[in-house]
Amino acid sequence: MIKKKRSIWVFGDYRNYFQNRVTLQLLSRAMDLAKKTDAEVCAVVFGHWTDEWVDDALSQNPTFCGVVGEYIAHGADKVYLTDDPRLSTYSVETYTHLIAQLAQREEPEIILIGATAFGREFAPRVAKRLGTGLTADCIGLEINGEGLLVQTAPSFGGNLIAEIVTPERRPQMATVRPGTFQEIPHDYARRGEVVCVPMPEGIPADRIRLVSSERCPPRERKIEDAKVVVCGGRGMGSKKKFAKLFELAELLGGEVGATRPVVYADWVDHEALIGQAGKHIKPQILFCFGISGAIQHTAACNGAKFTIAVNKNPNATMMKLADVAVVADAGQLCSALIQLLKQRMRS
Amino acid sequence: MVKMVVCIKQVPMVSELPWDPKTGTLQRDLAEGMINPACRSALEAALEIREAEGGEISVITMGPPAAEEVLREAIALGADHGVLLTDRRMAGGDTLATSYTLARAIEEACPDFDLVLCGSSTSDSETAQVGPQLAEELAIPGVAYIDTIKVSGRTVLMQRISDNFLETLEMSLPGLITVTTGVYTPRYVPLGGLQTAFAGADITCMDAARIGLDPERIGAKGSATRILNVYSPTAKKKNILLTGPPRRIVEQLFEQFDDKIGGAIGKDLKSSKKGS
Repeated sequence: MIKKKRSIWVFGDYRNYFQNRVTLQLLSRAMDLAKKTDAEVCAVVFGHWTDEWVDDALSQNPTFCGVVGEYIAHGADKVYLTDDPRLSTYSVETYTHLIAQLAQREEPEIILIGATAFGREFAPRVAKRLGTGLTADCIGLEINGEGLLVQTAPSFGGNLIAEIVTPERRPQMATVRPGTFQEIPHDYARRGEVVCVPMPEGIPADRIRLVSSERCPPRERKIEDAKVVVCGGRGMGSKKKFAKLFELAELLGGEVGATRPVVYADWVDHEALIGQAGKHIKPQILFCFGISGAIQHTAACNGAKFTIAVNKNPNATMMKLADVAVVADAGQLCSALIQLLKQRMRS
Repeated sequence: MVKMVVCIKQVPMVSELPWDPKTGTLQRDLAEGMINPACRSALEAALEIREAEGGEISVITMGPPAAEEVLREAIALGADHGVLLTDRRMAGGDTLATSYTLARAIEEACPDFDLVLCGSSTSDSETAQVGPQLAEELAIPGVAYIDTIKVSGRTVLMQRISDNFLETLEMSLPGLITVTTGVYTPRYVPLGGLQTAFAGADITCMDAARIGLDPERIGAKGSATRILNVYSPTAKKKNILLTGPPRRIVEQLFEQFDDKIGGAIGKDLKSSKKGS
């Protein structure tokens, strides 16, 4: 008997396609993992009129268009496709049946699912159906010396990081939030195999009925999604000086956040509060100006990839937690930063 | 009449956590417990459903004997009965083992339930997996991340925001719903509630043997996942200290960390041209 080729699956989540790049990001990560385990990368797509999901102008792959072509162009060696009118809306129950049946037959080593609202409900159902483990919201995925998928995930509001494996059960499953990995540029010359899987008989009728679904108005820019957040605390000194942070954030293409004392002092709107009772953020770059570092605040922003803290007091908690701790007056440093940024951006 | 089961979890009160500023690690064992916020919203949803439709609310929690506190709090808020699942063998379970354990306990304590309510996620582990997996284990329809619930007869209407769509969903009972903290704002404990909770609380204790659990499927033993390593995210930070005049510091920042700062804003900050 021919041994099945090892495979790594990525669930094709194409709802809100242009905002939601998580499938492409996972394909890119799966390619790296596949190299280390000599596996093939497979995308799994369920839906109806799946070709219509991508604008024709983008579908330059002469063989396959739509999401199938896009997934091949972004790294899939194979696409399992079930296209059926009964799959025209996303359904956790039906999709769970489909992918579980397919996985029982094809026995993938790994299944990666984007942590979209849908994925976060779908993945636990699939893992339970298959009797396997699942790690939520992974920030890192690696293959270790034993060939196991090491799933790195934050726990406790980001205060702890855990490295988790699924030693015996298969597949090894993980969800990953959008923006965690980088997608690779598309290559429409890439070729891949498409396996059309007919809608199986005997799939139970959906017990959840979708009564209505309306697209919500596009969201305003949100601090939770910002790559750069400039956060200020009492150490900024005054409402007037605090206002400089808005100029800095504008230059950096970021958003302004604040601590509780600043919000209470009415230097800034309550919407800007970063903390237990406010917003939770994990930007790529976090600037903390004049922030002492109360746990209610730090617990809500310690997922930032790179933190620069500015404080006159080098012993402030925030300074100890930062990647770079700058001992200086927060207001003065902010001004200097604005000035030099303007110069460098002009040149 | 809706027979409801609300699953609640005791979590550490993060705002009061003893915390080591050097490592950034939470000293979990020293923490005060509270009802997880989303579980509180699930309980609030149950209380409002009972006010509108009539019914009965059982609360169930799994944890150390001290987790009984959250059952008393839930009873003070208006729940009718409490079920405490406590057994050393259940400790260290992942969501696969936990959902199995909870399902069997619900079937034992409240076999004729109509609706199971869970918080959408917990503030400690945040996996948001137990609710959906519990629906799977109980073999009932389940919906996650619900903001509002309306029960009429055997039908439930629910709303949620899902990936930028406002969805209205319908299912027949029995079913399971996980509730977000978005719309159901938990009430305060009423004055009379505390007395009920401490004087006449109806709390049943259960262990693995009583529910007839398969010891191979519970706790760490019954888990598919293993934790290899846990560390503090701050432990890997270099914590570089910069001092001096502000302008010099900013220049240093741009020189040393252009890959980070310039990378995030898509500009090269390093290449300053003299005289411009």
